[in-house]
Amino acid sequence: MAYLDIKQLRKAYNETEILKGIDLEINDQEFVVFVGPSGCGKTTLLRSIAGLEEVTSGQIVLDSTDITQLPPAKRDLAMVFQSYALYPHMSVKENMSFALKLAGIEKAVIEKKVKETAEILELGPLLERKPKDLSGGQRQRVAIGRAIVRNPKVFLFDEPLSNLDAALRIQMRLELAKLHKELKTTMIYVTHDQVEAMTLADKVVLLNQGKIEQIGSPLDLYTKPANKFVAGFLGMPRMSFLDGKIVSSGTEGIQVQLAAGENVSLPTRETSLSTGTPVSLGVRPEHVSISDVANGHLQARLEVSEHLGSDTYYYVKTPTNESITIRSDNQNKVNDNEAVGLQLDLTQCHLFEKEGNRIY
Amino acid sequence: MTTLKQQKQIHAILLGTLSWTIALILFFPIFWMVLTSFKTEIDAFATPPSIFFWPTLENYLTINERSDYFHFAWNSVVVSFGATIAGMIIAIPAAFSMAFYETKRTKTTLLWMLSTKMLPPVGVLMPIYLIFKDFSLLDTKTGLTIIYTLINLPIMVWMIYTYFKEIPKDILEAARIDGASVMQEILLVLIPMTKGGLASTALLSLILSWNEAFWSLNLTSSEAAPLTALVASYSSPEGLFWAKLSAVSTLACAPILIFGWVSQKQLVRGLSFGAVK
Ligand SMILES: Nc1ncnc2c1ncn2[C@@H]1O[C@H](COP(=O)(O)OP(=O)(O)OP(=O)(O)O)[C@@H](O)[C@H]1O
Ligand SMILES: [Mg+2]
Repeated sequence: MAYLDIKQLRKAYNETEILKGIDLEINDQEFVVFVGPSGCGKTTLLRSIAGLEEVTSGQIVLDSTDITQLPPAKRDLAMVFQSYALYPHMSVKENMSFALKLAGIEKAVIEKKVKETAEILELGPLLERKPKDLSGGQRQRVAIGRAIVRNPKVFLFDEPLSNLDAALRIQMRLELAKLHKELKTTMIYVTHDQVEAMTLADKVVLLNQGKIEQIGSPLDLYTKPANKFVAGFLGMPRMSFLDGKIVSSGTEGIQVQLAAGENVSLPTRETSLSTGTPVSLGVRPEHVSISDVANGHLQARLEVSEHLGSDTYYYVKTPTNESITIRSDNQNKVNDNEAVGLQLDLTQCHLFEKEGNRIY
Repeated sequence: MTTLKQQKQIHAILLGTLSWTIALILFFPIFWMVLTSFKTEIDAFATPPSIFFWPTLENYLTINERSDYFHFAWNSVVVSFGATIAGMIIAIPAAFSMAFYETKRTKTTLLWMLSTKMLPPVGVLMPIYLIFKDFSLLDTKTGLTIIYTLINLPIMVWMIYTYFKEIPKDILEAARIDGASVMQEILLVLIPMTKGGLASTALLSLILSWNEAFWSLNLTSSEAAPLTALVASYSSPEGLFWAKLSAVSTLACAPILIFGWVSQKQLVRGLSFGAVK
C-alpha cells in the first residue's frame, strides 16, 4: 500500500518561493507524472517528497504517517536520477546491493534479490561491470534496478530518459510502462516531455511557476484543459487562440464574434455570459481545416508549411495578425502566401475567459 | 615539406629533451649530495670539484658513532605520519561540509584559511613557544605533531575540497536515499571515489612534515628532535664539514625518497582510476 497525501506544500529559497502551496493526492499503484515548463518546480517537488529538500511549510503524509521531517532513508522511497548517479567505484551488482547491505539484510537474500531484478531488466551479463563500461541505456537500467531491489513504497523518477537518444527513449518508455504493470508500485515521474506524460501517466499533474494548474488523466487534460496555459502546454503543435467577443449566449449556444472573421456559434449549456465579454477561442491544429476562401469561418494567408510525410502542418496568419496552426493529413498543395479559408470544428473548440480560465 | 608524422616526431623529441633537462636540473642537487657523502672531507672541499675519487663510508661511520640516527628517524616517522593522519581526519569532514553544504561564507573561509599560510611562521613563534611551554609540549612528539597538523591543514582542506567539488552531488544523495548515514556516505562512497586525490594530499602532507625545519628546530631539542634537527646539528658548530653534512642529509632524505618512489605507482594509478567516469 502506498497512499501519498501532500498538503499545502511550500518551499522557498531565501526570499523566492518555488513551490507555492501544492495540494496533491496520489493513490496506491498510480503512475503520476509531473509535467510543466523548465523551472516550474518539478524537480524541487520531487526532491521534497524524497526528503532531499527541506520544505518551508506543509505536510507530506505517506500511508497516514507524516514523513515531512523524516530523513530520506526512513521514507521508504527510491529515486532514479536524471544523471543516473551510479556509484562509479562499484560494480553493477554492488550498486544494486548497496541499499540492502546498508539495511543489514542477509547476504543470500541480497544475492537472490539482485539476481531477480537483473533478470527483469536484462542486466544478467553485466553484473560484474563498472558503470563506466556501460552504455547510457544500460546505466539507466542499473539505476532503475538499484531502485527496484529495495522494493520501496514509491518510486521517484526525475527525467530518467532525457539523456538517452530518441530511439532508446521510446524503448525505455515502453519498458517503464511494462515495469509499472509488473511491479504494481506507485510511481512518480518528472518530465518535460509531454509525450512521456501522455503515454505513461494514469494521472498528470501540470505545474507552472510553483503551482498546480491541473490534475487529471492525460485525456482529461487534453480534452478539457482548465485554462489557457494547460491548453497551450499539451498538444503538438500547440493549440491556437483567437480573440473574440460574446454576442449572445443562451440555451441554444454561445455566439462569438471573432476579431478575425464572422460570428461562430458554439453549442453549450453555459448561459451566464453577458454580451460583449472578451473571450479567447482555442482550437487544436487537428480541428481546423483548409477550405475555399469563400467558405471558411475566417480567412487567412499561409506563411509556412511543414510536410512530415504522414501529416502536414500549415502555419497561417489572419488579417488581424493572429497565428493559427493546422494539421492535415491530406497532401493538398498550398502555396506560401496564398489566401485560404479556414473551417473550424466548432464542437471541438474551447472557450476561455480573457484571464485564461476555461468557460467551455 | 615535413609530413604530419615527422612533425609529431619532432615535437616528441623536443618535449622529451625539455622534460629530461628539467628533471636533471631538479635531480642534480640530490645527486651531488649523495656523491659528496661518499667523499673524504678534503675531496669534498676541492675546487674544482672532484668527480673521480675513492668512495669512502667514513662519513656514515662517523655519524653513526656521533649520533643515534634511528632515534631521530623514528621521531620523524611518528611525527609525519601522526600529523598526516590527524590532518586527514580533520580535513576530510571539513572539506566535505564545505563542498556539499556550501554557505555564503564558505569561499571566504577557504581564502582566510589559506591566507594563514602567508604569515611568516616566525611571527607566531613567540606565542606558540609560550603556549607550548605552558602545556609542557616543548620537545615532545605530541607537540610537534600538533603543530605540523595545524600548519598543513589549510592546504589539505583546500586540496581535498577541490577533489570533493568534482563529485556530483547526485551520487551522495543517491547514497542517502539508499539509507547511508553521513558517516557511511563519506566512508563508502566519497572516499573510495576520491582515493587518488586523498592519497596525493596525504603524501604531500607527509613530505611537508618530514622536511619541516623551522618548528622542529625551535620547539625540540633532543627527546623529540626529528631528522631535520639532526641535519641542522651538523651544519654549524665546528666549521663546515661538507661530506658529513651531505651524508647526514642523504640519510635524512632517503626514507621519504624511497617512500615516495614506492608509493608513486600506487599514486598515479589512484589518480587516473579515481576519476568519476
Ligand atoms: N538551490 C537553489 N537555490 C535557489 N533557487 C533554486 C535552487 N534550486 C532550484 N532553484 C530554482 O527553483 C526553480 C525550480 O527549479 P526546479 O529544478 O524544480 O525546476 P524544474 O521544473 O525541475 O525544471 P527543469 O525542467 O529545467 O528540470 C528554478 O527557478 C530554480 O532556479
Ligand atoms: Mg528538473
